[in-house]
Amino acid sequence: MAGRISRDDVSHVATLARLRLDDDELDRFTDQLASVLEHAADVASLDTSGVPPTAHPLPLANVLRDDLPVAGLDRDEVLAQAPAAEDRRFRVPRILGEAP
Amino acid sequence: MTALDIAREVRSGERRARDVVEEHLARISEREPELHCFNLVLADEARAAADEIDRTVAAGRDPGPLAGVPVALKDNLCTRGVPTTCSSRILENWSPPYDATAIRRLAEAGAVVMGKTNLDEFAMGSSTENSAFGPTRNPHDPSRVPGGSSGGSAAAVAAGFAALALGSDTGGSIRQPAALCGVVGAKPTYGTVSRYGLVAFASSLDQIGPLGSTVADAAALLEVVAGHDPADSTSIPGPAPSLGVVLDDGVEGLRVGVLRELTEGAAPDVAARVEEAGRALEARGAKVEEASVPAATYGLSAYYLIAPAEASSNLARYDGVRYGLRVDGPDVGAMFTATRTAGFGPEVKRRIMLGTYALSAGYYDAYYGQAQRARTLIIRGFEAAYQTHDLLLAPTTPTTAFPLGAKTDDPLAMYLSDVCTIPSNLAGHPAISVPYGTGADGLPIGVQVLAPALGEPVMFRAATALERSLGPSGRERGAP
Amino acid sequence: MSATASATDWETVVGLEVHCELATATKLFCGCRNAFGDEPNTNVCPVCLGLPGSLPVLNRGAVELAMRIGAALHSQVRRSSFHRKNYFYPDMPKDYQVSQYDEPINVGGWLDLPDGTRVGVTRAHLEEDTGKTTHVGSSGRIHGADHALVDYNRAGVPLVEIVSEPDLRSAGDAQAYVNELRALLVAIGASDARMEEGSLRIDANISLRPTGTTTFGTRAEIKNLNSVRSLKRALEHEAARQAGLLEAGERIVQETRHWDEAAGRTSSMRSKEEAFDYRYFPEPDLVPVAPDDEWQAAVVGALAVLPAARRAQLAAKAGVAPADVALVVERGLDHLVEAAIDAGADPRLALARAANEVASDLAAGLTLDPGAFTAVLAMEAEGRLTATQAKQVLAELLAHGGDPSEIAAARGFEALAGDTLALAVDAAVAAHPDEWGRLAGGEQKLVGFFVGKVMASTAGKADGRAVTALLRERLGSGA
Repeated sequence: MAGRISRDDVSHVATLARLRLDDDELDRFTDQLASVLEHAADVASLDTSGVPPTAHPLPLANVLRDDLPVAGLDRDEVLAQAPAAEDRRFRVPRILGEAP
Repeated sequence: MTALDIAREVRSGERRARDVVEEHLARISEREPELHCFNLVLADEARAAADEIDRTVAAGRDPGPLAGVPVALKDNLCTRGVPTTCSSRILENWSPPYDATAIRRLAEAGAVVMGKTNLDEFAMGSSTENSAFGPTRNPHDPSRVPGGSSGGSAAAVAAGFAALALGSDTGGSIRQPAALCGVVGAKPTYGTVSRYGLVAFASSLDQIGPLGSTVADAAALLEVVAGHDPADSTSIPGPAPSLGVVLDDGVEGLRVGVLRELTEGAAPDVAARVEEAGRALEARGAKVEEASVPAATYGLSAYYLIAPAEASSNLARYDGVRYGLRVDGPDVGAMFTATRTAGFGPEVKRRIMLGTYALSAGYYDAYYGQAQRARTLIIRGFEAAYQTHDLLLAPTTPTTAFPLGAKTDDPLAMYLSDVCTIPSNLAGHPAISVPYGTGADGLPIGVQVLAPALGEPVMFRAATALERSLGPSGRERGAP
Repeated sequence: MSATASATDWETVVGLEVHCELATATKLFCGCRNAFGDEPNTNVCPVCLGLPGSLPVLNRGAVELAMRIGAALHSQVRRSSFHRKNYFYPDMPKDYQVSQYDEPINVGGWLDLPDGTRVGVTRAHLEEDTGKTTHVGSSGRIHGADHALVDYNRAGVPLVEIVSEPDLRSAGDAQAYVNELRALLVAIGASDARMEEGSLRIDANISLRPTGTTTFGTRAEIKNLNSVRSLKRALEHEAARQAGLLEAGERIVQETRHWDEAAGRTSSMRSKEEAFDYRYFPEPDLVPVAPDDEWQAAVVGALAVLPAARRAQLAAKAGVAPADVALVVERGLDHLVEAAIDAGADPRLALARAANEVASDLAAGLTLDPGAFTAVLAMEAEGRLTATQAKQVLAELLAHGGDPSEIAAARGFEALAGDTLALAVDAAVAAHPDEWGRLAGGEQKLVGFFVGKVMASTAGKADGRAVTALLRERLGSGA
């Protein structure tokens, strides 16, 4: 397993998760996350060679639905929940940068 | 009065659903200000629903198997047109435009919704202290926690505000508060109850489950909400398990293993109750011995890598664009960050960051990947134990209810309360907590029965036997 | 293609990632309509909006079309699973995209270009589309916008992403690949593949290396290619840009570049390394999909009766280009023409009469007896009917049925010429050497056998006594 989680690591994942932390929070969270990850180090020591990961506890496959239309939501109901709406669409502040 | 008693009397016309509701509302108005079980009490709606049930009965139509039974719903279950906040600021004013499947089935069964109960924010916690709207207090001792994350639901049943409740269990969030509040709480086999409409925390671990004051009540509620749902791809094909008919079948000949790895860390009085439970089952014809699943000791660590990882992805959608809280910014990226920073509490942030880290480039294999492999070992360990045992016995949680504020500064200490419940979530197996006496401090203790996948019938049988072994006065010992 | 007037001869290496929207009735994970151009936010539901508590359920029709694409590209259909690709963007309802990562539904395959080049396909997998953003503000473009509006009608529409091997060696190749792929997708009914509607989108990866070497150079990814013409221009521009840098001894940065159609150049968007950590992990809300042999066979079978396959089959039989049989196939008359060719009819004549005369009364044409059709073609080919007369006979057959020879006779069209009769007798003798041997050996009743054969091959036009006379002549001569 990797070395102790650092302040920089925490800052990086906070950015990835779109969270802003002040300096106190950064320090506190770093300590707390480090202690949880240290405790989780016992999992690191397990010999899991040849053991497949469990993606689902249930052995299901091929759950499908037919390609038939089903009534959806009413637009007014949907837009009524929107923090901001304009011209039948959800309004957001300007977008910097293109999508990946 | 149990939920089944209420249903019987309302269905026969012996008692009016409206009177049942008024009785429960009176108890709510008396103690709710102190206990804070609910984020929202739906008094008028409950009265209207009860009146409708009474009209149905008077007209000679079938009002449903749970007619008139007051039920409390954890506030992470989508209720159409009614706020579903997950006890978070980010969804404080959000009402879903649809009902969860479990909610729909409950309504069809004639149950009457009393309100939406408090929880740890987004179901992340073991004490309901992580709620953005203030904690719930334990009805047995209001200076103590009710457990979590379904603390509001467990306390509501314990306080008599509702005869039944629905909660959700990802790492023990039904069973642990049930134990601390002295009520019955069960997590079914993964896939038994549809997750459609349950606000997701950790998708491969979450399950909706029943809470009630008796095993039979919990079983009846599970029968109503369980069964295949085409809207949930992880839903087990097939109908709900038949439980009511097998409850009295006893435990003669059943092989029960007292799970060493989970009993080891329990407080002495908790361990003593588990031992007593074992003897009680033995007295009723079960074969009781020690059992071991060594891999279970890795459960806590594996869980605290897997659950936050899935949660970090499930909670990404809360970005201020389509619903919920929005805190504006000069551009959309700034808006995302401002909204999420203001909207999430510290425990949610902690788990999101932990989960993001466990999935991030360069760390996936060592953390998330390794945890999912450890999970396979845990499942195999249980499967091996179930070769020679029908059921396993363990504490539900290591201690009785701790005081409010006792563990809030130490997340790791809080996480340790889940050590007995987590393995069943990782394995996808069912487990139930049955109130079994009190601790040295007079607070309720719950004993946990674990079963293999789809083992609900035998699990509920054993739970019933344990409940019976306490006798009528023993059951009341659990009530506040 | 190589950059000119340079010290090194550079080889262009191009790979394309093509996204096509599948022509399903509903979205990938919910029952909302998959329709282009509807009023904003009218085809939405809790699932495709990613509302709290919603869950995805996989569309069988999308899996079917994805398998069809794989079969058409000669891929292997595999047991596949879904992953989450995590990133934040306002057109993403869940702020993760459900896609396929290390277990895609189709693995490997190829597409042949018209000039015979074989382009390898690495994989073709399923994923969901995003919503659509409109930037509002000064210029309507992303820079200088004041705010943006989002429509989620498109969110959750099924996509198949087809990734080619880096086998393309020129902008022209790339164009040909896209055109061929587009035609294939339309022909098999998987997508309407219209770039102008966004149902076909292309990202290109391009790198250079000295001609004759095998190590790949650093590649750049180009996005915002809105037409096949843009693709060609962008690749040509980028190849020249990279050549210029390499000639000057500079390194190519691995990055994503945006194509500006108006300015005719690419510009850097971001470095492909730093930007997004997608934190892929298996999608816990979906279970794997493993199409069984029966389903796979049904998909391949459905492919065979699709227009492209029928065009190919008829064209091969007729010895012409697929384009030349397109109309006949479209009208459903390919089986008729094939039967005629099998019976010896002239392919071009068969195609022409089918496409024109038979097609003009299609309802009757679809049930026209192939034997009768073949007979008319033979009469025309042998000169016993003029083209006009043949068309009239066909028209009569289509309107009222009947026997071609009788119809011709009734209308006073040419009877069977002597030479033709002799040829028919010779043909019958040659075709049945055993019987001829026995007749020559004295089995008189086999005369009737041969008369019958000649009658059949002349569609009843022959005079039985004339045939018998010719047979005796042959016998007498010992032939």
